[in-house]
Amino acid sequence: MFILVEMKNVTRITPDLFNIKLNDAIASELNKKLANKVVLNVGLCIALYDITSLQESFIFPGDGSSHTRVSFRYIVFRPFAEEILLGKIRSSSAEGVHVSLGFFDDIIIPPTYLQHPSRFDETEQAWVWEYDTGDGSKHDLFMDTGEPIRFKVTAEAFQETCPSTTFVPTAPDAIEKSENKTPYIITGSINEPGLGLLTWWDN
Amino acid sequence: MEVINSNSAQLSNYEVLKHLQQLKDGRKKDKRQGQLATITYETLRYLENTPCNQQTPETITACLKALEPFNLSKNEKLMIINSPPTTALEIQLMIEESEERLTEEQVNEILKIVVLHFPHVQKVEENEDETEEA
Repeated sequence: MFILVEMKNVTRITPDLFNIKLNDAIASELNKKLANKVVLNVGLCIALYDITSLQESFIFPGDGSSHTRVSFRYIVFRPFAEEILLGKIRSSSAEGVHVSLGFFDDIIIPPTYLQHPSRFDETEQAWVWEYDTGDGSKHDLFMDTGEPIRFKVTAEAFQETCPSTTFVPTAPDAIEKSENKTPYIITGSINEPGLGLLTWWDN
Repeated sequence: MEVINSNSAQLSNYEVLKHLQQLKDGRKKDKRQGQLATITYETLRYLENTPCNQQTPETITACLKALEPFNLSKNEKLMIINSPPTTALEIQLMIEESEERLTEEQVNEILKIVVLHFPHVQKVEENEDETEEA
């Protein structure tokens, strides 16, 4: 579910932070820059794990800030293929079931990956598994919003959200502009025994 | 910014939980953290509701030692630690081709190992584990 990613960066420390320890200032800058952001083809950044090396700092003409080359490791959310995860149903639509982990919302289970046969109930706005009871009749199992759900990760898709390459925008207006595009989507499946709402497999 | 190694190690949920808890306790005065506070809070809320909240490094190591003879892959063991299975069905999901690789006794053994090292997972499905232990 979580991985460690090694990264390198030149971090700029403004003079107002010269009073605190360089390590702390850099750690705070890196977290400001990366926490809760998706890095293309890497995953959702959670928090700084550690700084592995600091090289000498530079000052450039015309800028009072120090620039330091830093190597660090970051905790990143990126589940591997086939990983079994536990989430909650956020909403349902004709496109499938949207699942949230609390800190990550862009998980979708498309209709073809639901238990078979399933149908979408327009009035309830929920997917229903038409469970075959074996004696010819069907038992409707609703997938209501908020229910805990176990699913398998089948695919992931990264999307570039800003024109300027992999660099993650830090300015608030840049984030707003890119918000209608989802940078990282995980596709899940529940079409195997044991997957789906936890209550289905309780007994 | 440059990515050197986009997957240098897998982390267990427990490790992430501990790291985030330390982070949260350590930097209350820092007002410049921006999104860090949000993501830390949300991730902690998720992890605190998973069984890893009651794990300790000792129980995890002991459990991994006990699982050694089953020839499981790293990812499979990670999943067992992150969400300890309580039923044979869950093991079937986590372990690829479990029917061929594991006998029924072995599956029951894994379940016993999990309960032994992480007794707290039992509470959720008490009845089931009782019958298994009998």
